[in-house]
Amino acid sequence: MGSVVLVTGVSRDIARRFARSVAAHPDVDRVVGVDVVPPRGDIGGFTFHRADIRNPVIAKVIAMEDVDTVVHMSIIATPGSAGGRNTMKELNVMGTMQLLAAAQRAPGLRALVVKSTTTVYGAGPRDPAMFTEDMGPKRLPRSGYAKDVYEIEGYVRGFARRRPDVRVTMLRAANVIGPHVQSPLTSYFRLPVIPTVAGFDPRLQFLHEDDLSAVLGHAVTTDVRGTFNVAGDGVLLLSQALRRLHRPTVPLPGFAVGGLGSLLRQARAADFSPEQLGFLTYGRGVDTTRMRSVLGFDPAFSTASAFEDFGREMSPSPGVREKVIDGLSAALPGADRG
Amino acid sequence: MGDAEIIPIGTRGRPGRGTGKDRPSSAARNLAGRPAARRPAPAPAPAAVPPPPPPARAPAPPRKRPPPRKSSPTTAAAPPPPRPATTTQDRGATPGIPVGDWLAAIETAAVEVFGDEWEPALARFLAFLRRRVTGEYAIDEYGFDAEITDRFVMAALRPIAQKWFRIDVRGIENIPADGGALVVSNHSGTVPVDGLMAMSVIFDHTGRHLRPLGADLVFKTPLISVIARKTGATLACNEDAERMLRGGELVGVWPEGFKGIGKPFSERYKLQRFGRGGFVSAALHTGVPIVPLSVVGAEEIYPLVGNVPALARLLGVPYIPITPLFPLLGPLGLVPLPSKWLLEFGEPIRTDELDDAAADDPMLVFNVTDQVRETIQQTLYTLLMERDSVFG
Repeated sequence: MGSVVLVTGVSRDIARRFARSVAAHPDVDRVVGVDVVPPRGDIGGFTFHRADIRNPVIAKVIAMEDVDTVVHMSIIATPGSAGGRNTMKELNVMGTMQLLAAAQRAPGLRALVVKSTTTVYGAGPRDPAMFTEDMGPKRLPRSGYAKDVYEIEGYVRGFARRRPDVRVTMLRAANVIGPHVQSPLTSYFRLPVIPTVAGFDPRLQFLHEDDLSAVLGHAVTTDVRGTFNVAGDGVLLLSQALRRLHRPTVPLPGFAVGGLGSLLRQARAADFSPEQLGFLTYGRGVDTTRMRSVLGFDPAFSTASAFEDFGREMSPSPGVREKVIDGLSAALPGADRG
Repeated sequence: MGDAEIIPIGTRGRPGRGTGKDRPSSAARNLAGRPAARRPAPAPAPAAVPPPPPPARAPAPPRKRPPPRKSSPTTAAAPPPPRPATTTQDRGATPGIPVGDWLAAIETAAVEVFGDEWEPALARFLAFLRRRVTGEYAIDEYGFDAEITDRFVMAALRPIAQKWFRIDVRGIENIPADGGALVVSNHSGTVPVDGLMAMSVIFDHTGRHLRPLGADLVFKTPLISVIARKTGATLACNEDAERMLRGGELVGVWPEGFKGIGKPFSERYKLQRFGRGGFVSAALHTGVPIVPLSVVGAEEIYPLVGNVPALARLLGVPYIPITPLFPLLGPLGLVPLPSKWLLEFGEPIRTDELDDAAADDPMLVFNVTDQVRETIQQTLYTLLMERDSVFG
């Protein structure tokens, strides 16, 4: 059968890796990557088109390349190198609108896969322990990434209504983590001393970067429509995660963590998004039953093993407390002799 | 060191005007008499100091405590005139504990704490400690940490339940051995101690964990939210309740909420409105039995006689309790009064014979809610009649 897949946002590492891996798939004929700036790494078997999804050029690319599957991955969590918040919103919301407008005009389009995020559920004290796909955020996001994603999801649902012949799959991925991932959360974990919100211990869920690639590939090649939460099995408390990382922590009141975060962002020391403060205070859990039963995807990494894989390249050395306990345990059989 | 001129503060006990000069003024020399220090060498200074203390100390011990100091004044009083070289020979036991004694003491303590099998027990404890330090322990999706709850929280609550409140438990057989069930209880006592006691009693008698549903204030409050999640609580919302019940957990709910726990002492044992009956619809949706639990005794632990609504509104909490002891005695007022408690688990109300549509029938939900409420209220009255006195 063979299909032509268009991947947006390939200048970013995750999207580039996905485009490369999906290009190797036997059911996929051709992969076209688009972005404003060219990808920096090895693009493998896909072709790159320099096109901005914020203007109608994207429609021409879709028509010219005879694209039948669009994978939308160009939703960014922080302005990063793009510029300010306005640019970020422009990229996320206007980009998606233009892309969907172009997609609606493309007669040959069969499938649309959107990489969304569980950030859309928000994070707060009134949240249920586990969000299922039919739940929305308890409080509508008012700014930032969460608001962008919430609006994008609305546009995607609108597109699904207008083009019922196109299979629309929306994947709400948990925080993606892995050795190559550059995201607000990974740069938080890479800080030499990690600030935490005093008196709170959020539950976290992670998705390994390989699993994200795999689930997107699965969604491209499998005929399933709908919205799915995607996350590794199990949850990890932030305190657990930090202990496994052997990083020193400093508990601060919530506003101080937020202030420190924006300071770090201004200093370009770390990507810290404002909605991350809520996440690091209250945490979030998503239910992945439908991911297994309906989507039929089984992540290779659990939350804990994904985090372990992320921590591996950070060369963790055992902490002092751990060494003391190990020393005591080693001394134990001989202790009664002396 | 030799370069800097050292100007000491004070005169080091020598007569003078406090300038620290080597030679005191002539007036001072006259006052002090002959053997005043001539040389500034450090040796004379300490030598000059000891002579005065012995006379001062020597008379003191016999007056006050003759037996313990008897030996020391004699040895101290004898040397002063000749001042022999310092020796360390004739001292008895050194004021230290030999290493062997330390090890023996540690071993005795280990046997005391961990029993005769102390070595494997200590090894297990160290392994536990290592798991905690490295974060290699498992929690469930609600954040429930079974290990820490079983080992510490339940162990800490047990003496409070058994010795302080002397809880009398009835009808524990009404708790199903496995599968989901919803325990519905009255709420009282200003501080949710009744919830903790229900958790402790159920764990000790059946080995099952009661998973409490808490108000969102619990999960908004620092520290409390961590403890609540670690001990198995989750938010009191239908999503979580149904999810837990489907997962076969024993869920505890206090539908009166803050209205019940923060009611004045004069209204004790009068059940408040049972919420909106959300717990009933959760039980109906999942088809689990409802076990009514009546708690007598919790009303008296912190008799709520006053409230500061303005301050409560300012702090965003439902009430600021004033009990006969609380702000008055400070932290001591936080000790709950040792009332005698009675916990009675009533006969389970089955919901599995009703079909799924029943949960969407508001009239039926209200009826079941009233049935549960009436059962608890009547049991409360019966228990109150049986109780001899509040602290009996």
